[in-house]
Amino acid sequence: MAEAHPVGFQWVMEAKRRGAKVFHVDPRFTRTSAVADTYLPIRAGTDIALLGGVVRYILDNELDFREYVLAYTNAATIVSEQFADTEDGDGLFSGYDPHTDSYVQTSWQYAGHEQDSGSGHTAKERDGAAGLQHESHGAQVSGQTARDETLQHPRCVYQILRRHFARYTPEMVERVCGIPREKFLELARAWAENSGRERTGALVYSVGWTQHSVGVQYIRTGAIIQLLLGNMGRPGGGILALRGHASIQGSTDIPTLFNLLPGYLPMPHHADHPTFDDWVDSIRHPGQKGFWGNARAYAASLLKAYWGDAATPENDFCYDHLPRMTGDHGTYQQVLNMIDGKIKGYFLLGQNPAVGSAHGRAQRLGMANLDWLVVRDLFMIESATFWKNGPEVATGEIVPQECRTEVFFLPAASHVEKEGTFTQTQRLLQWREKAVEPPGDARSELWFFYHLGRRLREKLAGSAHRRDRALLDLAWDYPTHGPLAEPSAEAVLREINGYDVSTGRPLASFAEAKDDGSTAVGCWIYSGVYADGVNQAARRRSRHEQDWVAAEWGWAWPANRRTLYNRASADPQGRPWSERKKYVWWDPQAGEWTGYDVPDFERTKPPTYRPPQGASGPAALAGDDPFVMQGDGKGWLYAPSGVLDGPLPTHYEPAESPMRNPLYGQQANPTRKVYAHPVNSVNPSPPQEHSAVFPYVFTVSRLTEHHTAGAMSRTVSPLAELQPEMFVEVSPELAAEAGLTHLGWAHLISGRAVIEAKVLVTDRLTPLRVDGRVIHQLWLPYHFGYEGLVTGDSANDLFGITLDPNVLIQESKVGTCDILPGRRPTGPPLRDLVDDYRRRAGIVPGERPPTVTTRVRRPAGRSGDGPREKGADHA
Amino acid sequence: MGLRTFIAGWPVYRQLTGTDPLGRGVAAQSGRSAGLTARTETADRVARSVCPYCAVGCGQRVYVSDDRVTQIEGDPDSPISRGRLCPKGSASKSLVTSPLRQTTVRYRRPYSTDWEDLDLDTALDMIADRLLAAREQTWEDVDSEGRPLHRTLGISSLGGATLDNEENYLIKKLFTAMGALQIENQARI
Amino acid sequence: MPDGNSLYGPLDPAPDAGWTSAGPRMGFFTDTSVCIGCKACEVACKEWNAVPESGFDLLGMSYDNTGALTANSWRHVAFVEQPVPAGHRSAPFAGTPPDGPSGVGPQFLGMPGAQPPGRGTGAAERTDFRWLMMSDVCKHCTHAACLDVCPTGSLFRTEFGTVVVQEDICNGCGYCISACPYGVIDQRKGDGRAWKCTLCYDRLGAGMTPACAQACPTESIQYGPLDELRDRAAQRVTALHDRGVPEARLYGHDPTDGVGGDGAFFLLLDEPEVYGLPPDPVVTTRDLPRMWRRAGLAALVMTAAAVAAFVGGSS
Repeated sequence: MAEAHPVGFQWVMEAKRRGAKVFHVDPRFTRTSAVADTYLPIRAGTDIALLGGVVRYILDNELDFREYVLAYTNAATIVSEQFADTEDGDGLFSGYDPHTDSYVQTSWQYAGHEQDSGSGHTAKERDGAAGLQHESHGAQVSGQTARDETLQHPRCVYQILRRHFARYTPEMVERVCGIPREKFLELARAWAENSGRERTGALVYSVGWTQHSVGVQYIRTGAIIQLLLGNMGRPGGGILALRGHASIQGSTDIPTLFNLLPGYLPMPHHADHPTFDDWVDSIRHPGQKGFWGNARAYAASLLKAYWGDAATPENDFCYDHLPRMTGDHGTYQQVLNMIDGKIKGYFLLGQNPAVGSAHGRAQRLGMANLDWLVVRDLFMIESATFWKNGPEVATGEIVPQECRTEVFFLPAASHVEKEGTFTQTQRLLQWREKAVEPPGDARSELWFFYHLGRRLREKLAGSAHRRDRALLDLAWDYPTHGPLAEPSAEAVLREINGYDVSTGRPLASFAEAKDDGSTAVGCWIYSGVYADGVNQAARRRSRHEQDWVAAEWGWAWPANRRTLYNRASADPQGRPWSERKKYVWWDPQAGEWTGYDVPDFERTKPPTYRPPQGASGPAALAGDDPFVMQGDGKGWLYAPSGVLDGPLPTHYEPAESPMRNPLYGQQANPTRKVYAHPVNSVNPSPPQEHSAVFPYVFTVSRLTEHHTAGAMSRTVSPLAELQPEMFVEVSPELAAEAGLTHLGWAHLISGRAVIEAKVLVTDRLTPLRVDGRVIHQLWLPYHFGYEGLVTGDSANDLFGITLDPNVLIQESKVGTCDILPGRRPTGPPLRDLVDDYRRRAGIVPGERPPTVTTRVRRPAGRSGDGPREKGADHA
Repeated sequence: MGLRTFIAGWPVYRQLTGTDPLGRGVAAQSGRSAGLTARTETADRVARSVCPYCAVGCGQRVYVSDDRVTQIEGDPDSPISRGRLCPKGSASKSLVTSPLRQTTVRYRRPYSTDWEDLDLDTALDMIADRLLAAREQTWEDVDSEGRPLHRTLGISSLGGATLDNEENYLIKKLFTAMGALQIENQARI
Repeated sequence: MPDGNSLYGPLDPAPDAGWTSAGPRMGFFTDTSVCIGCKACEVACKEWNAVPESGFDLLGMSYDNTGALTANSWRHVAFVEQPVPAGHRSAPFAGTPPDGPSGVGPQFLGMPGAQPPGRGTGAAERTDFRWLMMSDVCKHCTHAACLDVCPTGSLFRTEFGTVVVQEDICNGCGYCISACPYGVIDQRKGDGRAWKCTLCYDRLGAGMTPACAQACPTESIQYGPLDELRDRAAQRVTALHDRGVPEARLYGHDPTDGVGGDGAFFLLLDEPEVYGLPPDPVVTTRDLPRMWRRAGLAALVMTAAAVAAFVGGSS
């Protein structure tokens, strides 16, 4: 955190000053480790084993915050008797379908809800990265559930959790992660102690957690701990995701993502959502508890904002104008399609995949096989010059005279040359004022897309083609101003907020959204940002003039709420858990919820409220159901649906690992997304042979001095000079073993690429003793590329493409490689070196590694249909 | 300047007649030093902004003189950052004023070995034409069972995590209306 | 008016330099125990003061690629990797292989070169480890030799008690460079003039905080009246000692030291030398009065001798 989010880290230092204990877990000793109280080096890719150990420690010693757990989580809920755990399946849960490498979730459901809950087969959800929809709300689960308040029932979630994590002992943590058990116990003890009415603990993670083939389950494990300890919805608690880009939260909320529409409404699927009603019902799940019950209003209002007057209740608000998903259309699938010649044109908007995405060579080869490419950036980035300066030009794989891609480079406006809102990592929208005009041809994206749209509509005027209707019907009349005819960002923000169609009055909140076409709302979760016709995101009341919650600085979604699920900061009766941890509480005199923050609860629903039989939507939530966006109002220790690779987190080895999984026969995530494409490959891992060809584990991350793919830092001299060269960090032990010298050159080889770097030998990297052997890890910054003031080879070139099944994010925080002293070859011999390694490792182009590696037959009758074994254990 | 003022401004005169006989302080202060003022004090205007790097969302104050950014520093009022910035945030002025910034449209013809210049308006028009052509070539109206698809898989886009919400809103709205589905950003990476 | 301690000993330097209505002396307290080595200070300084780039060189000195305070780097963050226990914190690498006997190896003292930071490659000695960081800066000495030797009056004492080079006066003679006991002030190539931290003299005049202190994310760099900072620093040392960090100590805070105390002083977690700081700096002009007295005496004697010779010759 000190390394990548230094200014956010001031609050950790503040907490430390007040006596908080800081633990830092990282494969390398970083600037955060330097000031942490305890640093735990970890083998990259084993966090679930570590966190699972903490879960076990809490449960074994009954250190959970029992009152919170009973009332606010699904610990007492009884799960279907069809459910079989990974304990029974050697690492596979019940319901695994080896034909599609995915689960049928029926057996995971709560007892009695096997058929009417969940989403059944999940292969389609994986392709649609459906996990992302749950960023604002939980997955569906219906009606009333059977509970055992004594937590003794063998199939209640609490007992299932105990059994599932039973083998995550301190000894196992040491065996898997390389963390000495005393160190682990120090962490587990401290974490469990910061629990209860008086105390809380916070968990902070950064983007690296998401870049694993089990990334979502990493975060799930953290969530289980924080729920068991009663740390959610309370001040000083929570799971804090430190995201890496100024408005990456905003770009998920108002997504430029293939599978989402604004406000986490799913992009319709051709087979599942042929009609508007099918689509809406799949979101709101009729009969379900919670706030998604109003999804029809959010959906209708979005379409109304898109298609204005043309969108009417009679034509389902132009629902048929929406494009339909048929499978995986994610960025990595797209790149492979580019290589295969299926994609004509590509826009890059402040993005540099030639350096920033996994498998840089695939990215560059894809871009070299387009009809046209539009790059909009501040600087001439690697993704704009691949045809000229890319490493494939040196190897002869891209020949400029034979590369047909037509490239348009359009200069972009910087953050001070336009106005608009960023959404930062805690959902806070902050408006930026424009300081100066952009230079020369530089323009904002707002300008570019508004005028592009205007031009497209002009060119299509009068067209009778069905396909052009959606463009021609589009509500696209934003006011412009100034010499450049810049569209009004405030007008767009007002549309995002939503307004009454007849009067134009901005809505005060999403509660005012209607499903009859009388309201238009661009992004329902942002509704309220323009309440009263005031740009609430532009509020800048000084921190000196308000309390510590600072509710009048910017605006947070939803409803300017700073801490989500804050009803949980009060006990079931609505009283603060303690005076010290007071945040939101029930005021019996006034008959309403009150506190320092906007209560995340219906303001006048008393703690004693119990829903009438048959209630649905918000009315079905009891007065002590704080997790209002969850289908059952509870925090989920166990996820009966929504997570595609298991209802509980399970340690799987990374897709590339030098180790056999010490916990289960199942080596890696059995539902991970693998692309069997000639350009892609996965280095062999046990039980496959030849894993020793790539004996070392490498991981990549950021340096304080640089930003992502380097376009905003390697081009800026006061930053470039602070970290002027690509380097690799190795331990003295590895240096001795591999013959590397400090400040000498080394080159690293994977099944995809070879890159070179200067060597920094440092004690900050340590070998780990793991399962009886010594594992060496090495670390690289991923900021370097071939353009800018300072240049170097790109670490992301080393990675192949394997994705998390829930969100289709690539595993680019751990891989295997070899390292040799000296510089890499240049020209065609470079590919020869890679090919030689591939040959020795037995990598066959286009072939995927075995998915299922379990050693035992799983109990019959509990799983999905089809054969039980596939890809037998070769070990 | 009169002779008296000229002499009075002479350091040795000041040293001999003033409070600083050793001439190491007030007597040694140059006219330039005496007239120094922080350029933030004399800025024409200040824009309240937000750092463009990571997602912490630190407040920035952008100082402008003669329509040029002269300083960017932390906004002490911000409850998030309390006026502080990391090295990247602190380098924001160098970022936006970097001589390496591209300020004109560059165009690379198919099979060409170099860039050439292109007028912005022409570029926009060419891109619009190419979009429509790609769409026409790859349009899918319905699936094999006649259910609507209404899309093109011939167009891709990647980016948006450092763009404004308003920009992403227009990007998604326009691409969706175009039937372009393959719109992605850093949040997938 | 000049004090008896004008050149050595405790002194409030601004009034001594003729600033009759000077406010309190202002300075920096840099608390290295909370430094995260982010280098925001280096960048913020360059941005405000338009300091040119200092070169794109990977130095191999841990994460320090600046190397030293120079004419083009007025803040410099040193990184020290040490195989020694980190105070009250738990040993980060205890239990990781290979399990050798614990022992303190060579320290990395922040000197550029081909030797790795830390304990070298002795694989059997992995034990405790800590990573120290410190943002170094001009000390704005109470008795600033650079100022004392400046023949042009370019270096002067400001009303805030700080020491500033006036770029419109400096002729690049370079006397100040050899005079500085800390090796801070430096000549800029191609320009010839001497440059160093001004403690943001222009910002101070506007009642603002210096750029580095304003940016510092963790309040490692604190700016304020020196008296207040010294009190705060003393309390911080006590707090760290109470928390089991006995190695915390102040550097440059003492008005009776060889430079009369620094306007920019530090809380360190090891000996000054470890950070590249001189352990006992002395103002190089300490002996100036005595030297002048001797020179005067010598002149007197010579004059007397000459007179005597003249007189003698005539007799």
